Amino acid sequence: MATQAYAQEAAVPAEELVEAPVATDAPHADPTADTHATTEASGGEHGSDVFPPFDPATFPSQLLWLAITFGALYLLMSKIALPRIGGILENRKAIMDADLAAADASRQQTDAAIAAYEAALAAAKAKAQGIANESREAIQADLAAKRSAVEADLSAKVSEAEARILVTKTEALTHVDEIATETAQTVVSQLVGDVSADSVRAAVAKAKE
Amino acid sequence: MAGTDPIHQFVIEDMFPLFTLGGDGTAGSGLSFAFTNSALFMVATVAIIGLYLILSTGSKSVIPGRAQLLSELVYGFVANMVRSAAGTAGMTFFPLVFSLFTFIFVANMLGMVPYFFTVTSHIIVTFALSMLVFLTVIIYGFYKNGPKFLKLFVPAGVPGYILPIVAPIEFISFMSRPISLSVRLFGNILAGHITLKVFTGFIVTMGSLGFLGILGSALPLIMAVALTGLEFLVGAVQAYVFAVLTCMYLNDAIHPSH
Repeated sequence: MATQAYAQEAAVPAEELVEAPVATDAPHADPTADTHATTEASGGEHGSDVFPPFDPATFPSQLLWLAITFGALYLLMSKIALPRIGGILENRKAIMDADLAAADASRQQTDAAIAAYEAALAAAKAKAQGIANESREAIQADLAAKRSAVEADLSAKVSEAEARILVTKTEALTHVDEIATETAQTVVSQLVGDVSADSVRAAVAKAKE
Repeated sequence: MAGTDPIHQFVIEDMFPLFTLGGDGTAGSGLSFAFTNSALFMVATVAIIGLYLILSTGSKSVIPGRAQLLSELVYGFVANMVRSAAGTAGMTFFPLVFSLFTFIFVANMLGMVPYFFTVTSHIIVTFALSMLVFLTVIIYGFYKNGPKFLKLFVPAGVPGYILPIVAPIEFISFMSRPISLSVRLFGNILAGHITLKVFTGFIVTMGSLGFLGILGSALPLIMAVALTGLEFLVGAVQAYVFAVLTCMYLNDAIHPSH
């Protein structure tokens, strides 16, 4: 066995070390062939003349401790660690999903509120426009009515005044005859002497024609 | 010069003996069990994973801190791996794949610390883990699908006259899975650690050869630095590969007619 030389020779020259990886690649065709060497070895350190990874004397201890430690690791992982991490991840996912759903609901509420606000705004605008139209029409009607009333009043007063003027004029015209008669009578009486009032009146009437 | 022996790092030493099964009472006979340096690092690996995952998620906060975020990222990484390779039905095996991935990953990373023992550098450990996967696939496959599980060896759409050739090939490839799975991990870690040790050994041996030797030792030093980075990558990638292949093998057990 090429490998037996390495453990036995404590002082290995440096140039022989180069061969070490090559030597380990050499097939150890039959590890059980080494057992006779192992059993001859005296307790303590297992088979110091065998390449350590192929020393069967170390196998029981390694298998025992691998079984114990790997079994313990498997139990720790499957019973405690992995369910706990899985639980953390699931819990986080649930919280995120719930938060996203809440955010979505809030967004929908906001959209609805905006739509309602816009509808209310439109209705209010329409109402305001209606009120403005109504009041404008009312004011215009009121204005027209007042104006027509004032105009009617004015025209009535005008016609009344015209009538009064006409009366006054007619009256004045009748006074003209009397004045003329009196004047004529006075003039005639100064010039001629007394004249009857009737004859003067007749003469005035004659002159008027 | 025991310090430059590249094999010494893989030696398993009994820290204290436990008990012996069988044998005739003389030293070296029967199956002797002991708490070894390998066992110590297995315990350390499990303790680191368990304590980190449990302590970091203790507050169960909705908004995670850095520690909790890392736990959640690892959880999500492995969960996605299982789900994409083996489907939702494969989530039954999520704890198994998660345990395998974290165990191998942390064991590999611990192994990168100088003077620490690398658990995965021993074929018996990687073989035991791959047999665990292999037996899980076989037992669950037959439990879930009954005899239909044998359809695994009869690919759909293959003409009948080729089957006598294809079916044995499929069978052999199936049976060799635990070997390829375990040797891939073991070989990568073992070869990487030996190479690293050899190159760092060069630095020491060359440095003791005088002034020119110290100058020349810069070359293996650069190599050692580069290899250290590479080994971290290999350790992570091998843990990932082991987990992904486990998922794909489990997929065969869940959906045998591929």
